[in-house]
Amino acid sequence: MSKIPVSDSFYQAVEELSKDLYVKALKDLPPDVRVVLKDTYEKEETETGRQVLATMLDNIDIADSRNRLICQDTGIPIYFVKVGNQLSVDFVRLEEAVVKGCQRATVEHPLRSSVVSPFKRQNNQNSSGYRIPSINYDVVQDNDKVEILMVPKGSGSENMSFLKMLIPAEGVRGVKRFILETIAQNVGANPCPPYVVGIGIGGTADMCMKLAKIAAVTRPIGARNPDPEMAAFEEEMYNAINDLGIGPMGLGGLKTALAVNVEHAYTHITQNPVAINIQCWPARRAKATISFDGKFEVGY
Amino acid sequence: MAEYTLKTPLSEEDVRKLKVGDKVTLEGVVFGIRDANLIRMFDGKVPSPVDLTGAACIHTAPNVRKVGEGKYEPVCIGTTTSSRMDRFTPGLMGQYGVRAVIGKAGMMEASMEAMKRYGGCYLAIVGGAAAWETERILEIEGVWWEDLMPEAIWKFQTKNFGPLIVAMDSHGGNLYFDVKAEAASMLPEIFRRIGAE
Repeated sequence: MSKIPVSDSFYQAVEELSKDLYVKALKDLPPDVRVVLKDTYEKEETETGRQVLATMLDNIDIADSRNRLICQDTGIPIYFVKVGNQLSVDFVRLEEAVVKGCQRATVEHPLRSSVVSPFKRQNNQNSSGYRIPSINYDVVQDNDKVEILMVPKGSGSENMSFLKMLIPAEGVRGVKRFILETIAQNVGANPCPPYVVGIGIGGTADMCMKLAKIAAVTRPIGARNPDPEMAAFEEEMYNAINDLGIGPMGLGGLKTALAVNVEHAYTHITQNPVAINIQCWPARRAKATISFDGKFEVGY
Repeated sequence: MAEYTLKTPLSEEDVRKLKVGDKVTLEGVVFGIRDANLIRMFDGKVPSPVDLTGAACIHTAPNVRKVGEGKYEPVCIGTTTSSRMDRFTPGLMGQYGVRAVIGKAGMMEASMEAMKRYGGCYLAIVGGAAAWETERILEIEGVWWEDLMPEAIWKFQTKNFGPLIVAMDSHGGNLYFDVKAEAASMLPEIFRRIGAE
């Protein structure tokens, strides 16, 4: 089968959308996140928890009506790019367009540039630098579109990332204990609860953490792992984490986790890895689907 | 649990009367501080360029629009995680006279000790609620150490800045430690229920 060539307007659309999606993600919370926060507020019983959740809902309204950012942390910009296998795409041009869009959003809006070099802490003031923005590619079978999912990943949640290379003898029991002990003792109030807990299980060390990231930031609230065994594990961990009582902003209350999402992979016979990545209550994301000719649709 | 409106700069008396769980709304100046400027101040031993006596300081690095030399307008001002700045609180309160730290997720033993000793408090704001917070900032009155942008030292003029929750007080109270201890005490029962004893 011959591949569909993409036009110049396709790459222009990628650049414009990489810019627009960054700003949209920072201002317009996805509908699933709005719904779960409202529901969490209605069910909260503690006075402090209700006050905190009311402020969160108020904040979403102000961001809508005054066209403001939801949170000041513009994050590390992450782009998940899915390329349909029927398209003939020049990946060098595609990547240049994404990076340029990210930089333009920062300068033109303007946004706080939240990324620096690791040792000298140099800030280029355009949200980019060596290997940043983080761009993740996937190829999708039987597909003729490019999908860009943009996630500004805040540091309050990203700093609460943990990996443990457990051994097979520790089994599922060890996985459960690691998750709950880590949330209770290390994560706690830090990543702005109620948060989404992303859990990676299996794979190599790097893959396990990547799976946790995908679980934390790409999935709409309420979507379950299609594997029934993993879906049951998500449910069990969701109930257990919410029994800890950490509550909104860690000041006590009913809801600590808005969702617990698991992604898994096969692993080595000697390994039993588990990773945690968190997404804060403003679980920001914005998505666009682009055709070969540059036509596009925007969503979450 | 009491509710207070306090005008900055704060006195020791203002702060000593506060107890964990009280609500405070601030009126007046709030200074923005965080990692890079505190590292310069305390590890780099460069004195603060601005008088922080009685100050309320918020852990932040804002989104701003430059409108002139040393002049900025707020775009979005919100709050970062406080625990990274724990070791700087004794210096801020002991050496510079800061009375209130505003932040999210709380701080630890070094800060608790400083609050007891010098008369300080920690006021919890809702993290992530930066649109709400920005509405309460009238203007950016000053900026120092612009080379650290966005981690400069900022002077914000605020109105109706709250309600903030007193989460750490000058009597050794720490709401986050209470919640954390409660969570730890739940673990054995949860492990039993999910077969992870």
